[in-house]
Amino acid sequence: MTDPLLSIRGLRKSFGEIEVLKDVDLDVGRGEVVTVIGPSGSGKTTLLRCVNFLESYDAGSIRIDGEEVGFSAPGQRRNERTLARMRAETGMVFQSFNLFPHLTAAENIMLGLRKVRRKSRDEARAIAETWLDRVGLAHKADSLPAELSGGQQQRVGIARAVAMEPKVLLLDEITSALDPELVGEVLEVVRALAAEGMTMLMVTHEIAFARDASSRIVFMADGRIAAEGEPRELLANADDYPRLAAFLARFRASYF
Amino acid sequence: MLEQIVYAIPFLFGGLWVTLVVSALTVGISLVAGVLLGCALIYGALPLRLLVRLFSDTIRGIPILVLLFFVYYGFPAIGIDFDAFWAAVTALTLFKTAQVIEYLRGAVQSIPRGQTEAGMAIGLTFAERLRYVIFPQALRRFLPPWINGVTDAVKGSALVSLLGVTDLMHSINQVIGRTYEALPLYILGAFIYFVINYSLSALSRRLERRFSFMQA
Repeated sequence: MTDPLLSIRGLRKSFGEIEVLKDVDLDVGRGEVVTVIGPSGSGKTTLLRCVNFLESYDAGSIRIDGEEVGFSAPGQRRNERTLARMRAETGMVFQSFNLFPHLTAAENIMLGLRKVRRKSRDEARAIAETWLDRVGLAHKADSLPAELSGGQQQRVGIARAVAMEPKVLLLDEITSALDPELVGEVLEVVRALAAEGMTMLMVTHEIAFARDASSRIVFMADGRIAAEGEPRELLANADDYPRLAAFLARFRASYF
Repeated sequence: MLEQIVYAIPFLFGGLWVTLVVSALTVGISLVAGVLLGCALIYGALPLRLLVRLFSDTIRGIPILVLLFFVYYGFPAIGIDFDAFWAAVTALTLFKTAQVIEYLRGAVQSIPRGQTEAGMAIGLTFAERLRYVIFPQALRRFLPPWINGVTDAVKGSALVSLLGVTDLMHSINQVIGRTYEALPLYILGAFIYFVINYSLSALSRRLERRFSFMQA
């Protein structure tokens, strides 16, 4: 792949004695949608959190547009202000939404635009309204998160992340906390973003969605990438990879 | 009895003023110091955290009266000399600061970790996260115990009369010393303290309603 937007090399990360990432290499090209699947505890969420440095890492490198994320030199953590500026280049959508409960839907989106992107109040409001409209929530601009359903909250969460115009969007099991009937409306938004060429790295358990919406699927097990490939191809040849086959066996019913 | 009360009132204004000033200084200084030290306790480096923890636990473990005498009689021995008024303010402020530290810690730590992470993810710096994400939410939990604490400070300020500071309590005792009419004056004193604290409680209920923007 030429000129990957996101380039991860030799990434290692331990929590105490437990090594959760063991030498992970992964490239995500511009406009690519890469989905990470794998059993819980395989390190996929940790991998995602390292990309915007919510977690530090012990060794290896993560570059976005050629720029190292968390460290200015090996072992030399970037200062708070630089880290914050770099985090703004990646958008993150969380499993439990994490909207700011004291701010309305529009204000949730405006906060980063105002304080980080230095937009005027009117400009930020206009951008927020555009994105709320895009996720089908124009009429909820002045609602507090507590007044929204889970699916609506998560759509605001996506709008908040993409309004910042990040280079990469990180999606961490964004439908796992939703009632089944609300999953569709959220995935629809992600599908539309993917179609527009938004670069995404996501962790999900929605195998069918991963198959249809991603350009590549990466299967992680025990802190390593155990298999990766074009979605349909990989899923069709899953039997070549025993661990992937075992993992997928649990989902057969839902994606065939 | 009314007659004695009416007689006493003019003599109490000076004391009332001192009570209000002592309370205001205590509450004001402890708020600033408590919030700063509270942040140090939550976010500071380990040695700083241990220091603040030690300070808070020690102060809260000492009866306020002991603290008062300790500051007044003990501090001059280590070269810090002040008059009764400032000794009283210092002791009450130390006590109150330790409380504010704990209110702040409780309020801030009740905010889920995900809020900090969401703030990080959109690129807010540490200071911006505190200001726009954490503190506005923590305020709602901080306010009720803190305002309760303000009424405690007003009541606690009566202790400064024991150092000879002429506050409301001390002026009442002075008038009693002249008239030998204890009951009416203590009733009057109780009433004045009650009026101050009842107003503060009413204010606190209004503030709590105003900041109850979230459920649960």
